[in-house]
Amino acid sequence: MTRAADRAEAERLFAHFRAEGAVPVDADILLPAGTLLDLYGEDIRARAYVTHDPLEGEMMLRPDFTVPVVQKHMAHGAEPARYTYMGEVFRAQEHRGERAREYLQVGYEVFARDNPPDADAEVFALFANLLAPLSLKAATGDLGILMAAVAGLTTSERRKAALMRHIWRPRRFRALLDRFGGRTPVAPTRRALLAALAANPAEDLIAAAGPAIGLREPEEITARAVALAQDAEVPPISAGEVAILDDLLDLRGNCTGALAHLRDIMVDMPAITPAVDRFAARLEALARRGVDVAALDFEASHGRTTLEYYDGFVFSFYAEARPDLAPVASGGRYDALTRVLGQGRSIPAVGGVIRPGLVAQLTEGRA
Amino acid sequence: MSLKIGVPSKGRLMEKTFEWFGARGVEMRRNGNEREYSGVVDGAEGVSLVLLSAGEIPRELSAGRIHLGVTGSDLVREKLADWEDQVADLAPLGFGFADLIIAVPAVWIDVDTLDDLDAAAAQFRASHGHRLRIATKYHRLVRDFLRENGVADYQLVDSQGATEGTVKNLTAEAIADITSTGETLRANHLKILTDGLIHRSEATLFAGRAADWENGARGALARLLPRLGVEMPERI
Repeated sequence: MTRAADRAEAERLFAHFRAEGAVPVDADILLPAGTLLDLYGEDIRARAYVTHDPLEGEMMLRPDFTVPVVQKHMAHGAEPARYTYMGEVFRAQEHRGERAREYLQVGYEVFARDNPPDADAEVFALFANLLAPLSLKAATGDLGILMAAVAGLTTSERRKAALMRHIWRPRRFRALLDRFGGRTPVAPTRRALLAALAANPAEDLIAAAGPAIGLREPEEITARAVALAQDAEVPPISAGEVAILDDLLDLRGNCTGALAHLRDIMVDMPAITPAVDRFAARLEALARRGVDVAALDFEASHGRTTLEYYDGFVFSFYAEARPDLAPVASGGRYDALTRVLGQGRSIPAVGGVIRPGLVAQLTEGRA
Repeated sequence: MSLKIGVPSKGRLMEKTFEWFGARGVEMRRNGNEREYSGVVDGAEGVSLVLLSAGEIPRELSAGRIHLGVTGSDLVREKLADWEDQVADLAPLGFGFADLIIAVPAVWIDVDTLDDLDAAAAQFRASHGHRLRIATKYHRLVRDFLRENGVADYQLVDSQGATEGTVKNLTAEAIADITSTGETLRANHLKILTDGLIHRSEATLFAGRAADWENGARGALARLLPRLGVEMPERI
């Protein structure tokens, strides 16, 4: 249920974004489930309401606006573009508690090729100004730095791709890094397989293992078995590089301090230089827009556990005195998502959403 | 108002449950004819028997329509969100053992662990254009387990029976199902992942927190549990 006060607050924010020049866009409430499932994976099933349409098949009640808005832009948007939207989103809750199942979101999204650091700063500063009366705490991060560090590792492309795929799943990322770094022993089953592969062609082992059932073809099994044998020959990622990644994963502080620390890391891992330069450019753009970056929190791992599409700047605003509340606003950069949904085309994009219900609640609490 | 206890209405689970209670001096039996689902309890005052499908007992506990229920620990975890908030686990009964596991074709020589499954799923999606399908009826348990372990690029497809046959029938690439001896899996050319044990299920006596525990039900429970050798839960 959305209250009149929440809707009034949503209207106010929506009008503000329009006044900034954003074009209002609509999105369906019922979305085809397939796109969302392919994008977010099976987990979204636990977090969204799934329903069935006799003709269209599985549908979902809109869990967020990003996907429909990006699809709309990629289908027929002019460049550059600024959009705003307002409406309910629906989140299934698997645990008892106060978390809302439906609530309003008001969003602002920028699709622009020029000067991404400035677009990041534009969105953040706009949100910071709008939310200033609530004295919220801001958290920021940058997944681009972590991704650049993974890309810069001295190891096989296959290992880098495996790590990159799990940037958003901290636990599996950790397990992979420990394995590639030689910190966890090779599983007995893997040792046995490698020994067998050393003595026999993979095709013979497959033929001996049982009848070929299922869609996964013997050629695919062979390809991965051969890849595993090759991977066993790849030396472990050096302790020095693992330490750099650990340092990055734990990096937190204010933005100015974080930048200095990243410049130090750059000496040992020059591959992150472009990403750190983008971070520095963003800080300058933020400062130009009046944000005190020396007082702004930065955490390199921020945004790793949210829905997986942010791949650069990430931010959220939350009420420090109310840890029970979800963030009042959050957002970030999602360049890769536009490529996934753009069928070959892509455009740098950044944006965020505010929850007017929480704004209203905190405003009333203060009054 | 009596204390209602829900018990599986047929098969080995019912027999074993009757045996378990009988061995503790509480005689349960069906009455009426063979096809009628009603039963009686002898030797325990204020306790009445409700015969139900094992699969419905979690829901009945959750709704508060029965006070106690005997069913598989897997079913309670699968069917009830935040199950510990809804029911109290009173005692494992020592029968009805079954493991919920993940199994893949034995011919997959490159897949023995969740780590392998995840990598194979990525490869499969890249070459087939859709996520690797895992057939199961235990959607919540499997999804929570795979999320916890960071497995991606899979999808769950519903299978309410003969799940071991789905791979051969090309409706799934892997399965998550219960097994006790593993024989059906082997017969269908499947193998269990070494770290693919999701839950070790056992028939269990549960108490529903939503039931009406006033009007004598709590007293009946306090008299019943010592006879069963089961401790009174701290809170219901």
